[in-house]
Amino acid sequence: MSNPQQLRYSKEHEWLSAAEDGVATVGITEHAANALGDVVYVQLPEVGDTVTAGETCGELESTKSVSDLYSPVTGEVVEANQDVVDDPALVNSAPFEGGWLFKVRVAQEPADLLTADEYTEFSGS
Amino acid sequence: MSSTASPAPRRTALDALHRSLGATMTDFAGWDMPLRYGSERDEHTAVRTKAGLFDLSHMGEITVTGPQAAALLDYALVGHLSTVGVGRARYTMICRADGGILDDLIVYRLREAEYMVVANASNAQVVLDALTERAAGFDAEVRDDRDAYALLAVQGPESPGILKSLTDADLDGLKYYAGLPGTVAGVPALIARTGYTGEDGFELFVAPADAERLWQALTGAGAAAGLVPCGLSCRDTLRLEAGMPLYGHELSTSLTPFDAGLGRVVKFDKEGDFVGREALAEAADRAREKAPRVLVGLVAEGRRVPRAGYPVVAGGEVVGEVTSGAPSPTLGKPVAMAYVDAAHAAPGTPGVGVDIRGSHEPYEVVALPFYKRRK
Repeated sequence: MSNPQQLRYSKEHEWLSAAEDGVATVGITEHAANALGDVVYVQLPEVGDTVTAGETCGELESTKSVSDLYSPVTGEVVEANQDVVDDPALVNSAPFEGGWLFKVRVAQEPADLLTADEYTEFSGS
Repeated sequence: MSSTASPAPRRTALDALHRSLGATMTDFAGWDMPLRYGSERDEHTAVRTKAGLFDLSHMGEITVTGPQAAALLDYALVGHLSTVGVGRARYTMICRADGGILDDLIVYRLREAEYMVVANASNAQVVLDALTERAAGFDAEVRDDRDAYALLAVQGPESPGILKSLTDADLDGLKYYAGLPGTVAGVPALIARTGYTGEDGFELFVAPADAERLWQALTGAGAAAGLVPCGLSCRDTLRLEAGMPLYGHELSTSLTPFDAGLGRVVKFDKEGDFVGREALAEAADRAREKAPRVLVGLVAEGRRVPRAGYPVVAGGEVVGEVTSGAPSPTLGKPVAMAYVDAAHAAPGTPGVGVDIRGSHEPYEVVALPFYKRRK
């Protein structure tokens, strides 16, 4: 697998797109999706919620476990991906595309996000 | 993902093969086992509709031989093993003197004076020690055969056809819970019609050196029928749907077979004493008169998944505890097994929920199993 170059990554295995008009997209990486196994339930922050970088903002359940979802960025949620709520398998089949989780109006970006190459080395895949 | 410090896990004879297939491995009872190869849901569905191939070499085989092998097992286990015919198998349990369950077992009678006891990997040493201790005074030998066998399972509706193409053994004559020695793909095997999935299927006990050859032959023979390699993750959801207990979840030393709703495995009508008889007789009375908690099925109305240890609630009170929970691929909903106070255990009891990390989610109480195959 390869981690898209244009994204940046958190050590909690979320990805963050470059902001367009101040709004960035958040998802989990393919590495994380593979580690979870089949995702069966996704709980996302709601539009209007404030999320904080490094803090939990939802959860992902797979067959074997439940995992917290951490926001890689601080800001206000402007859209949650209803497709992934209705069909959580999208997180496994297209983690970097149709399986995106929410969009956030960025208030503050943490300084320690990783580049694709750094994340590949960090995650080992 | 965390890992705990423990001795290096044991590897089965098929370890390199699992890795070459890209399996996600997991530490299970001290063994490095395949958790899944791809999607565990697809693996689950393959077993329900076609066939799946499992490596179960972590299971613990113990051979009991000698003129008093049958008498020893009648004494050491709660079942009536002397009545099991040669070539047949029985689901049974081994209990402590206080009735607590040490393990659940499948016992195969291979010959008049030879049985094979198959224990859970996590309990194999405990079972071996208990059988060895209980054998004192019996003209019988208890042998640790854990390293003598690899165990492959072919499970699912297509499994008879797949196996037939590789063996001359009389599979049609091989009933559920029977086992016979034979040859599969040129490999000497004990062929047993047993499993832990709720489907028709076979378990093949073979020498570890033959395991890879047999795996490859089964993979080749099963490809057209849709057989896929399957990991322990789907094995768990398959057995959960089938309402089958798992030691450490539904079964433990603090429960008797009666507490677990499996009192039928205890045979009081056998001759002589057996370990746990007195305590189990009391447990049987207790279960009949006033069962404290009952093992039930729970089906979610929502999508959040109950996990082992989550409280079962009703009217704001804790009335039970989840022992196993997972999203059921067949039902398309989360399901759980749980011990629930008798007052809330009847199917359809209103107002029962599961406390899922602080939020009370509504659940329907149902009779087990969740899934029963059409025969």
